[in-house]
Amino acid sequence: MTACVQSGAFDAAAQYRALCDAYSGAAIVTFTGTVRDFSASGAVSALELEHYPGMAESLLQDLGDRVARQFSLEGWRIVHRYGRLMAEEPIVWVGVVAHHRAEAFAACEMIMDVLKTDAPFWKREHSSNGAEWIGRAEQDIERRRRWGVGEID
Amino acid sequence: MFGAIGNGMITVKFFSIIREALEAESLELEWTPALNDIAAVKARLIAQGGAVWNEALNQEDVLMARNHRVVLASEPIADGDELAFFPPMTGG
Repeated sequence: MTACVQSGAFDAAAQYRALCDAYSGAAIVTFTGTVRDFSASGAVSALELEHYPGMAESLLQDLGDRVARQFSLEGWRIVHRYGRLMAEEPIVWVGVVAHHRAEAFAACEMIMDVLKTDAPFWKREHSSNGAEWIGRAEQDIERRRRWGVGEID
Repeated sequence: MFGAIGNGMITVKFFSIIREALEAESLELEWTPALNDIAAVKARLIAQGGAVWNEALNQEDVLMARNHRVVLASEPIADGDELAFFPPMTGG
């Protein structure tokens, strides 16, 4: 049950193995998010991810613990990067282990939906038009709202 | 973690577009009973910093945190606290 915030790249396959080695359950769901190579302003060459050290780690840990209680998870891992990432590099990885697929799917989705709006990271896209901070998307707010949870703490 | 060592100071951090507008990552303020909530800290920072700080900290969607938790401006603060101002998060 760990959250890791790091600048270095991670290996999704190694994360999966670590999750399976640590926890036992019949349903395993993982999600990998990568840097999109396009945006409304054109081709994206790189992404800068600023984060709030200390708060980012504690928010992700609290989020994982909260979701684990809600869906009776056997285990979970969250990895989130910060710093400068190139297009198509992995940014975030979430893995959950449960006894049944419904709980595993829902838990992984809830972690990502809440992480998008609550974890203290800020993205700046670099494209041929320069660098631009990305605002919060309305669809992300809607997806977070449907879980019906307040502040994560 | 926070507030246990009351050294008479509070730390204020800034992130993303607010950090850039203020050209400041963090600063320390002497804590006094008059700085009883985050709104009071914000008012103090604007009084010290002027128009640029007023514009940056009064944007409609600025969020505030106390000791790593997002809170309202009315959140009481204490000696040794770490506060932060930032725009909406865009993780993942």
